[in-house]
Amino acid sequence: MAQPLVKKDDDRDEEVEYSPFFGIEKGAVLQEARVFNDPQLDPQRCSQVITKLLYLLNQGEVFTKVEATEVFFSVTKLFQSKDLGLRRMVYVMIKELSPSADEVIMVTSSLMKDMTSKTDMYRANAIRVLCRITDGTLLTQIERYLKQAIVDKNPVVSSAALVSGIHLLQTNPEIVKRWSNEVQEAVQSRAALVQFHALALLHQIRQNDRLAVNKLVSSLTRGSVRSPLAQCLLIRYTSQVIRESANNTQTGDRPFYDFLEGCLRHKAEMVIFEAARAITELNGVTSRELTPAITVLQLFLSSSKPVLRFAAVRTLNKVAMTHPTAVTNCNIDMESLISDQNRSIATLAITTLLKTGNESSVDRLMKQITNFMSDIADEFKIVVVEAIRSLCLKFPLKHRSLMNFLSNILREEGGFEYKKAIVDSIVILIRDIPEAKETGLLHLCEFIEDCEFTYLSTQILHFLGIEGPKTSDPSKYIRYIYNRVHLENATVRAGAVSTLAKFGAMVDGLKPRIFVLLRRCLFDTDDEVRDRATLYLNTLGGDGAVVETGADVKEFLFGSLDIPLVNLENSLKNYEPSEKPFDINFVPKEVKTQPLAEKKAPGKKPTGLGAPPPGPPSTVDAYEKLLSSIPEFANFGKLFKSSAPVELTEAETEYAVNVVKHIFDSHVVFQYNCTNTIPEQLLENVTVLVDASEAEEFAEVASKPLRSLPYDSPGQTFVAFEKPEGVPAVGKFSNMLRFIVKEVDPSTGEAEDDGVEDEYQLEDLEVVAADYILKVGVSNFRNAWESMGADFERVDEYGLGPRDSLAEAVNAVIDLLGMQPCEGTEVVSPNSRSHTCLLSGVYIGNVKVLVRLQFGLDGPKDVAMKLAVRSEDETVSDAIHEIVASG
Amino acid sequence: MELWPLIKNILILDSEGKRIAVKYYSDDWPTNAAKEAFEKSVFTKTQKTNARTEAEITMFDDYIVVYKFVQDLHFFVTGGENENEIILAAVLQGFFDAVGLLLRGTVDKKEALENLDIILLCIDEIVDGGIILETDANVIAGKVASHSMDAGAPLSEQTITQALATAREHLTRSLLK
Repeated sequence: MAQPLVKKDDDRDEEVEYSPFFGIEKGAVLQEARVFNDPQLDPQRCSQVITKLLYLLNQGEVFTKVEATEVFFSVTKLFQSKDLGLRRMVYVMIKELSPSADEVIMVTSSLMKDMTSKTDMYRANAIRVLCRITDGTLLTQIERYLKQAIVDKNPVVSSAALVSGIHLLQTNPEIVKRWSNEVQEAVQSRAALVQFHALALLHQIRQNDRLAVNKLVSSLTRGSVRSPLAQCLLIRYTSQVIRESANNTQTGDRPFYDFLEGCLRHKAEMVIFEAARAITELNGVTSRELTPAITVLQLFLSSSKPVLRFAAVRTLNKVAMTHPTAVTNCNIDMESLISDQNRSIATLAITTLLKTGNESSVDRLMKQITNFMSDIADEFKIVVVEAIRSLCLKFPLKHRSLMNFLSNILREEGGFEYKKAIVDSIVILIRDIPEAKETGLLHLCEFIEDCEFTYLSTQILHFLGIEGPKTSDPSKYIRYIYNRVHLENATVRAGAVSTLAKFGAMVDGLKPRIFVLLRRCLFDTDDEVRDRATLYLNTLGGDGAVVETGADVKEFLFGSLDIPLVNLENSLKNYEPSEKPFDINFVPKEVKTQPLAEKKAPGKKPTGLGAPPPGPPSTVDAYEKLLSSIPEFANFGKLFKSSAPVELTEAETEYAVNVVKHIFDSHVVFQYNCTNTIPEQLLENVTVLVDASEAEEFAEVASKPLRSLPYDSPGQTFVAFEKPEGVPAVGKFSNMLRFIVKEVDPSTGEAEDDGVEDEYQLEDLEVVAADYILKVGVSNFRNAWESMGADFERVDEYGLGPRDSLAEAVNAVIDLLGMQPCEGTEVVSPNSRSHTCLLSGVYIGNVKVLVRLQFGLDGPKDVAMKLAVRSEDETVSDAIHEIVASG
Repeated sequence: MELWPLIKNILILDSEGKRIAVKYYSDDWPTNAAKEAFEKSVFTKTQKTNARTEAEITMFDDYIVVYKFVQDLHFFVTGGENENEIILAAVLQGFFDAVGLLLRGTVDKKEALENLDIILLCIDEIVDGGIILETDANVIAGKVASHSMDAGAPLSEQTITQALATAREHLTRSLLK
């Protein structure tokens, strides 16, 4: 890699680092900015000063409010100049200053004049600036011009308006949605980038209307898209449509697959890659579907461009997780990438090979990796370690060589994250491969002999305490553990004491020796270490008698705490010293919903030492747990059904509220999930006032307010109603959010003491018949139908009136009944004139219900339906008919 | 996946990792300190690589970064971890070539600082609020260069001069190759 710049460097040594901004100072530049006020403007000079100001901002210099306002006002004077170049700099400057609302008014008229100017460059830029700084009120005034601009014959102007539209859609959706026709016209534009921007905006406008997106995609995939970027968008939207449409791979070809496959032959690399990636990410992709995508990615692997190699190897790496055999064809190309100059590519190639390799190739690969490990950075090493871990789980017979590899790299230099990844891997291997346990534990013991990370030492000690006593010869670990008590810092010493105690509690034969060691710890210099030793000695019977430790003692010492620590901390803070002792049973067990920030990295579950027990509870379990932890609702009995959240507010409003309906046998609980989207506000005492005057059979029995609702951290408030037992009572509820609002100082995050009571109208909520039916599928509908018998069968015919399509009618009835479609019968094949749909479910009171729906087109649009219901109870069969009749 | 390709930032740093011109489009780096920290790590992770003939690529902290170096200037374009790498590379290439055209082939730190206004306008024409505006270097350069036109010139004449300017750029470009 010869650097071709040697000469240049020589030059630089002679002249001292030259920069036109050398010694630049904010104060001086602000002084210079006075030239903007000169009656005779010098465009050249003004441009220079603006560049200097931009340079300062770019370097991270901050203008005070006063300075920014002053600069802004003088910059607005520059609109007098006719100089194009200067005007461009003015535009950039205004965007950088992001003026406040009252300042924006100062430039609005100038910008509006430019927006209607004859010069294209003025129009395009003025639109971008104005849309960037404007608020909703101004938008209605300029809407007309923006609509014109979208269909402007100059592509730059058109793009500027469309891109601004995409930004504005976030803040003023109702206005932008009115531009649909113009945007649609722009999609047909001959200019590549206009088409790209128009497609992005059009999709965004229609994103909540699945049918419209479907139409958009199917019309465009027939081929009128010219721009590669727009084609990439279309591929993304197409895979979204495929994802959302019912999964009917078993019945035949996937819709739109042909389009994706066709894109693999596009002339632009970005389109080829986008399509290949989309195919690999299809749900339940088959190997036949994968093959053409893998083939083009394989070609990319030997490209001269690093970006292409990287993109291909990264995608293949992901495919290897689910379809390792599909990638094996590329193994030879992959192996040559191990020596790639770009270490990211090399690492991805290695980890892919580790996933696709077979048992016999493991040893050869490990040899290659050992050489490779020494010259890559820690972050890449972590990736390799994780790949080796999963390889070992796949080929447990190879655990010896892989475990050896791990312990070797554990001894080498490395940072905390890297070491933690190795330790985590060893821990997982010990857990999952019994034969690897003893060697693994010894590797860990050796590691803590010389470990500089307190966290890892304590975690390993804890783990030893769990696994060590269960091995064939627990005594051999004691030495390593007791060494920690001599040589380490207080935290590790305390951990070691607990581990020793665990050995003592679990292995009776070791007790006397352990007690000797624990007694020595009574003279430690650290309080915590001494306290722990004393506690263990007393509870485990350290008076010398060797007795079996009782289960309750074990539970007390080593059991887990089932209370969230945050709640315990809060309760302890609120506890005031009094006669009454603190009772841990009063600490609430409900888990606070996690703040949004933590959702940033979904799918990255903690593994290894800190991992929670596997198997996350389903939502029903989670709801049930949550509700039963609230004393007011504890006696409602078993939760029958929880609905999906229903939004009670429009998107992008001040407070976002959705509701989950929980149905019990004789109660209904509404769980309002509230989110405060205003950083400057703290809400307290949040309740929902529910007016049930249109729901006669319901009577409010309890409500649980939400104590405080800070910005962006969702919380819940509940209202419970009583209803006649077992009866599917329906009704409409109107909701009002009531709360005390307190101003929050955004800089300090502290709320003011005084709050104001306020209300916020929410949308109405309905309890419908479908809420009383559980979606429970049956595997073989015909068998279930036959065995149910015709005793309580009810059959009737209904006219559904004119409908958009048969499919729409079918979906409407499924939604109305809230039952589970069986055997894929919810999918209506296009252009068919009749359809049969099979549904199954469980009605409140645990009554099984099966429904057979036969739809037919009656005339051009009218849909007729025959409904046959079978259930274990005739009143239920009747109830189903009633739902349809009244729906 | 994002519904359209999003650019998180565009950076030009010098050979010591100091800022020449930067533009961030994402709230991932709310403070100047966070931005500088990102620039520092991106610079140290890439400085030893040879990104002079072909654009290089790396991935860290859930970002994809494509980059290319010339003389003592380092160009970077950053996207999210699920972004189409080739699209990011197209943005980088457009930016890189447009700067080359506008600075008439002498692309180094001194020249870049002396023409900082041009560089800033160039960035402004490539990406708007994270959305790609244009990736064709000739078009970008054309849009930026047209500003040096005499404002007093009548409209028709201007278009001719503009055409001439574009032709000139094409020529320079082909000579450079």
